[in-house]
Formats: sequence, structure tokens, C-alpha cells
Amino acid sequence: MELFKNTNYDFLGKKWPFIIASLVLTVAGFTSIALKGGLKYGIDFKEGTLMQVKFAYPPPDDKIRAAMLKAVQSEVSVQDLHGSGAENEVEIGTEAKGEGEGQLSANRKQMEDVLLATFGQPGSGKLDLNSASRDTLQTRLRDPLARAGVPMSDQQLKDLVGNILDVRDNRHSGMITDFNQLSSVSGMNAGIMNSLRQECYLAPYHVIGTQMVGPKVGAELRLKAVKATLYALAGMLAYIAFRFEWIYGLGAVIACFHDTLITIGLFSLFNKEISMTVIAALLTLVGYSMNDTIVIFDRIRENLKFSRREPLEVVMNRAVNQTLSRTIMTSGLTFLTVIALFIWGGPVLHGFSFALVCGIIVGTYSSVFVASPIVLFWHNYTDKPRKSSPPVTGSSAPRGSMPPAESVRKSPTRAVK
Amino acid sequence: MRKNLTTRTVVIAVILLVCIFGVIGFPKSKAELIGNLQSNIRLGLDLKGGSHMVMEVQVQDAAKGDAQQTLELLQREATKQNITWASADVSEPQSINDVDKVTLTIRGVPADKGSAFRDLVTTNCSTYALTALNTTDYSLKLKPSDLEDLKRETVQRAIDTISNRINDLGVAESSVQQYGQSGSVYQILIQLPGVEDTAHARQIIGTTAVLSIVGVDKTHDTFFTSRDDALAKLGGIIPLGETLVKMKARPGQQGEEWYLVGKTPVITGKDIRSARPGQDDVRKWQTSFTLSQDGGRRFGRYTGDHVNDKLAVILDNSIVSVATINERIEDSGRIMGLSTEEEAVDLGRYLRSGSLPARVTPLFENSVGPSLGADSIHQGILSGVAGLLAVVTVMLLYYKRSGVNAVLALILNTVILLAAISYFHAALTLPGIAGVILTIGMAVDSNVLIFERIREELRTGKGVISAVDTGFNKAWWTIVDTHVTTVVSCAFLFLFGEGPVRGFAVTLTIGLIANVFTAVFVSRTIFGYELSGRRQLETLSI
Repeated sequence: MELFKNTNYDFLGKKWPFIIASLVLTVAGFTSIALKGGLKYGIDFKEGTLMQVKFAYPPPDDKIRAAMLKAVQSEVSVQDLHGSGAENEVEIGTEAKGEGEGQLSANRKQMEDVLLATFGQPGSGKLDLNSASRDTLQTRLRDPLARAGVPMSDQQLKDLVGNILDVRDNRHSGMITDFNQLSSVSGMNAGIMNSLRQECYLAPYHVIGTQMVGPKVGAELRLKAVKATLYALAGMLAYIAFRFEWIYGLGAVIACFHDTLITIGLFSLFNKEISMTVIAALLTLVGYSMNDTIVIFDRIRENLKFSRREPLEVVMNRAVNQTLSRTIMTSGLTFLTVIALFIWGGPVLHGFSFALVCGIIVGTYSSVFVASPIVLFWHNYTDKPRKSSPPVTGSSAPRGSMPPAESVRKSPTRAVK
Repeated sequence: MRKNLTTRTVVIAVILLVCIFGVIGFPKSKAELIGNLQSNIRLGLDLKGGSHMVMEVQVQDAAKGDAQQTLELLQREATKQNITWASADVSEPQSINDVDKVTLTIRGVPADKGSAFRDLVTTNCSTYALTALNTTDYSLKLKPSDLEDLKRETVQRAIDTISNRINDLGVAESSVQQYGQSGSVYQILIQLPGVEDTAHARQIIGTTAVLSIVGVDKTHDTFFTSRDDALAKLGGIIPLGETLVKMKARPGQQGEEWYLVGKTPVITGKDIRSARPGQDDVRKWQTSFTLSQDGGRRFGRYTGDHVNDKLAVILDNSIVSVATINERIEDSGRIMGLSTEEEAVDLGRYLRSGSLPARVTPLFENSVGPSLGADSIHQGILSGVAGLLAVVTVMLLYYKRSGVNAVLALILNTVILLAAISYFHAALTLPGIAGVILTIGMAVDSNVLIFERIREELRTGKGVISAVDTGFNKAWWTIVDTHVTTVVSCAFLFLFGEGPVRGFAVTLTIGLIANVFTAVFVSRTIFGYELSGRRQLETLSI
């Protein structure tokens, strides 16, 4: 099977619709960000306390929010988690702007207390099996088991508790809804089961994780993320300028930057959170988009060696057509893996896979419709023999001014498509 | 090429075996397979569950403490030389930024004793710089280099103490280290993989645990129900050298209990050499401790003089236990009446590790329960397998038998990646799993590059062998370029990222490096076999 055999599309001739589409998307992204008052940061970047809680039934968001607001002196947000395997999971966040780290610890304790008071049985004197740790369960069961006539050595007790918690965490995602679910634990018998029922109860919730970010660390991480992105782009610019002409480097970097901006805009449009893993995805995208661009540039360079007489636009078009098969295949294959991640990867990777899904699409078309045109514009504008010019005269690339592509100021004997 | 085919195959086979061994060892059963897998591949915090905390050491506490101790030393020495002053105080630092401003101010030194005072300070407080505010008032501040030393030592001691406590908790592979960022050299990073009871761990780490054993006032040795009640019964005045301290609240306790105790401790945490929890005859929990020689002597003297009086054990400004002295005790003792086993065990931990030199406050924490990790791993594997199947199907359909070539290279690539993770003991995080999945997509790119080139060459009419050779040669530099740029990206991610993100950068980088090997060397070898038949191949299934 072979698609894209000997194609001859005029990519660079038809660049304007795509450039306009890019601009529209970018503007839409910025507008969305402006209207929504900035980007939606994940917990890594804004200060606050976040708790992921799994419930035995669809969680009552409003009830949770109301109960939290009564206890905590900050903004409270409750939202359902998306992604496969995240049934009945919520994320409860409290934000304590500018109040310092002490407030954050206090908030976390209060959140735990509120959950216990609202959904647990704090007064019953029993231990909540869904939030018990190995040690607490061991300590709790030791005497009752002895009293119930089920003698156990310390090691046996340790193993039993280990097995119970294993079943709870690995088979039931950390939450048991019925004691009978534990009947398959190895070493279980009626006496132990009775003691369990007597000493423990099963709360309908289970705290999966908590994050607490103080203002200092939140700000530091934001700064690091920005630095990482800028340095990476600079690094690539240097590498490509070294391997090709500098204008190619600039074109590639602008294309990648454009990809990043559009992806971030899409995040804002679709109300997704930006966390450190999303930044990782964006940087990967930068690398990946760079790949596409390099493949095309490599081809252009190779073709230029053999076609000194043809206008740059024609050479570029041919290069793009020649690499079209490879571009589509690679993007397609990587896209397949990323879609698999998006569908099945779970809530934690949701932002990450969304960034990659958008980014791969945007990245692929930017290599053709943004990077190459920039080089083309520059060479047309500077009106030098396009193959050998090192046009570094200190003037910057004509980013803002886009001369009409039709006025290729070259020797009139060369035909322009 | 045909001659070294065998060598190349041997190389590939050896690498394959070494990698498989690195990942799953030589298992004799399915259980052993899984066991080996689990022990070879280290899971990151986000997959295993556990806690990752960044804490700030409030070094200004240590600076203030040092100033206070210096003041006491000065007072003792000054009395010997008959130098007195009207008042002295240590400034109160509000936050960590005030650490450089901690000052000891002494006012009202008689003018004629001025030079004697200055000599006294120079002899006894060499780390302090003395400034005269006027003829009778002076201020002392730590010299800059000594202040830096103090800060550094405080952070190091905090790290050591917390390390001891955590090791005592028995969390495997835990680590406590300095977390150096620009301008924040007072931060500590604590990683507790697999810890389940994060609340307990937080408590153990965050408790300053300043311990002191003091005598309870002889005449008022029962508790008062509130501070006001105490003041009322004492006639509104607290006796000199004594203070009111509250008892730690016990579950089920009604109301508060306040005791009148001495300010100067008989024994402090520093005098305690070791401690152990245990139960007494009536199965109530207690912590026994042994004292150093010096402490033992002091304790013996005090208990000998105060038989039938009471002692109070104070931990971080709350009384944990009050007991009557039955007889003279020389070198050991028991802190009794603790309410739970956990309290006794924790108290033992604090006594053994010593108190923190300054408070530590939490700046950042990420705690994940083990269930999240299990779910994440399932999801990661599921999407990985789905992605791999999709890619394999497409490659086979599109490139036919050469697709098999690519798939083999891809599988080897993944195996090498997993083995590298195992051998380098890199932690596999959830983004790391995403990195493995992404490697699959990106790795196949190299093969696509080569195959498309081969197709092109074939179209221009070249012979099969020549086309394959040219394809590989021309694609080589492009492969290098594309891989280098992604690795550069990952390098910055590694520099600026934390745990999980670093895991991603590492796996993607290793995957891409391995890919250069598999896509070029391995694929070429497989083509070599395909083309090494005696008759010339007319066409290539590609």
C-alpha cells in the first residue's frame, strides 16, 4: 500500500488560507485567555491545597462544597475528574491566596476533618478501613483478634493485614464497599471477619492523594516552566542555525513557538488545566515539531544542491511533496499512540495527552505552512540568490511585514508557479 | 555487509539477552516473573504511592536560640566579675528573612564598667560583633561568616535529625536532602516512597520535639482547670522561676489541666542517650530512657533531694506525663501514663533522634496513596499495548514485509528501553510510561524515514541492494538531527523539572538513543538477511 506517491501539490502557493487560519486560532486562544482572566493552572503552579477523593457513589459536589466552605476560610472548588478509570472521583481544592504556608497545612487538616465529619463515622469509635494504614490496622486488630480466640503471631498478623490492604488497593482501587469483598483474602476466616466488622467500618470515600503547594514553590515552578520552554527553544535555534542557515533556524523556532501558543490557547478554550506534565508535553511537542521541520529542511537543502536554477518556491514545494508520505505516516503513527494515551491513559495524564493530541496536528501543518513560508518570505524579501546567501546583516526577519508572495523579485526568466 | 552479518547478529542477540535478563531475570514461574519485574523496575513516587515534601528550616529560630544562650553565658560570667546591667533582650525574628537581623541588646551597663564589659564580650562571645549604641547600651550580632556557618549547620542538623526519624519509621528508600534552588538554601526535600500513613509521617517530621523534664511546684502539685483558675489560686502572681504549662489533651478528657512547673529543666533531650517504648505491669504504655553520665548525675541529685515530689515531662510546650518520684534514680527512667502505643513509640523516636534545631514548615507536598499508583499502572499498560498494536498493524499494512523489519526493531527498542531503566535504577513514573509510549511513536519515525527513502530510490529504478544502501545513508543524518533536537528538549525538561517530569525526560531520551541503534543497525542487519540470498532480489516487499 502506498499513498502519496509522486504527489505534486502546491503547498507553498496555497499558504495564505493556512496562515490566516493560524492567526485566527492564535487570536482566539489569546482572547479566551484574556476573557477567562489568565490560564487555568494546575496545582503545581498555583498555591493551595488539593485533594483527590474517590467515592462509592457519584459524589455530591454541592454537598462537599457547602461543607468545606463552612470550615475553611478560602475559596473552595470541587470538580469531577475526567479520564478512564476515574469514576466517582472528585478533586477538592482550597486556595489561600497570599496567606502563607501555615494556612495551607491548616486547610488540609480541615479538609480531612470535614470529609470525616460529613461522610464518615467519627463518633463511632471504629476505625475507617478505607483510610487505614498497615500499622493502624495491625494495632487495632491485635487485641480483638486475641480476644476472639484467633491467636496470631506478629508475623501472621502483619501478613494478614498486608493481604487485606493489597486486595483493597489493587483490586478495588483503594475502597471497599462491603466486607464480603474481603472474603477472598488469604488467611481469612469467620473469626477474623467478625473482629473486622466489630472494629472497623467502611467509609464511602477514600482519599487518593493530596497536594499542597505554598506560594514560594508555586512561583518557583512557574518560573522554571517558562525558563525551560525558552531555553529549549533557544537551544534548538542554535542547533538548527548551526546545521542550516540561521533563517531556517528562525523559521523553525517561530513555527514551534506558534505551535506552543496555539496549544496553550486551546487549553484555555477547552478549560483544561496546565500542570508541570503539560509543560513536559509542550516541550516534547517543540522537539517533535522541530523534527518535522528538519526533515523538510533537509530535503530542501538536498534539492537545492541539484536545482540551482529553479526558484526557491518550486524547490520547497518539491521537497514538501517528496517528504509528504513520511510526514503523514509519522504524524499518523505518533498520533495513534497519543490517542491511545488520551483514551485509556487515565485522569493524571489527561492534560498531557490532550496537549500532545492538539500539538501533533498543529505541529505537522506548521512545518509546511509556517516554517517554510517564513524562509521563503525572507529570501524573496532580501532578493538574493536563494541558495548560498548568509543574509546576516543584523536586520531581523520580516515577521510583521509579509510581502505578497507573488512579487518574487528574481530574474524574470524564472517561472513562478 | 554480508561478511559481518554473523557478527552483527551475534551482537544483537547478546544485547537482547542482556536486556531481557535486566528486566525479568531468569524466571522459573509466572510468580517469579512478576516478582523479578517488580524488583528490577523501580517505581516512582506517583506510581508506588508515597509522599514527597519540601520543607523550610526556620533558621531564624536557631539564630535566636544562639543569641539567648549567649545572653545566659554572658550573665553568668558577668556576675562573676560583678558587672550588671539594667535590661537585656533578644530581638524576635518574624520570618526567615529576619535571620540576619537577630540582635542581642544589653542596656544600662555602668559607664565605668564599660571596658570590662567589652573585654568580657570579646573573650566569651568571639562569634559576635559588638556595637556600642551609646555609653551604656550595646548590641551584639553574629558575625556574617559565623552566621552563615550557623545557618548551614542548622539545616544540616535538621536533615540529620529528620533522616534518623524517618529511618526509624522504616520507610525503605526514603531520602532527605538539601533542596538547593536560588536563594532558598534552607529548603529540604524529603521523599518517602511507599509510605502509607502520610499524616503520621508529617507529624514525625514536623515535631520539633524539644523535651524537658521539670519539677512540679511542691505546694501546688495538682492540676488547675484553666489558666485563670491557676492565677486565682496563686493570688494573681506566678512565683519566680516558675511557669504554667498545659497538659496535652487526651482523647476523652474533660476540660484542661494546667500545672505549675519550674522553668529550668532538670533534664533536657540532650541528656538522653536512648529510649524504648514498652508496657508496664498493668499494660499501660510508657517510654523508658537512659541518661548520659552527666545527666544521670544531675538526675540522681535532683531525685534524691525530691523524693515524693512530682516531675512533669514536657514535649514542645505541652506536658505529656506527670509522675511522682518514688526514690532516687540515677541513670534511667520511665515516662509513664501515655495513652497509646503510637504515642510511646513516637516519643521514643523523638528522644533517640533528638530535637530539631529549628522549626520546619511545609512548603510543598505531594502525597499519593498506593491505590492511585495501581490504577495508573493499569491505565499506562493498557494504553501502551493499544498504541503498540495500532502502530504494528499500520506498519505491516503499509510496508508489508519490511513492516515486520520495523516491528522487530521497535520491539527490541522497547526492550532496551525497559532494560536501561532497570540497570540505571531510574524510577519509572507515570509520565515515564507516557515517555515509553511516545518512544514507540517516535521510534517508528526513523524506520519510516528509511523506508520512504528506499521506496523513492526504487522508483528511480535503482537495484534493490543499492536502493537499500542509499536509503539508509541518506536518512542517517536526518535521523540524527531529529533525535538530537528532541533530546535537547528533554535535557531542559530534566534540568528544570521535578520527579515525574524528569522520569519522562529520561525515558524518552534513552528510548531515542536506543532507537538510533535499532532503527539503523538492527534494521540494516535484518535487510541484510533478506538480501543475502544467492539470487539477486528483483523486488523488495516494502
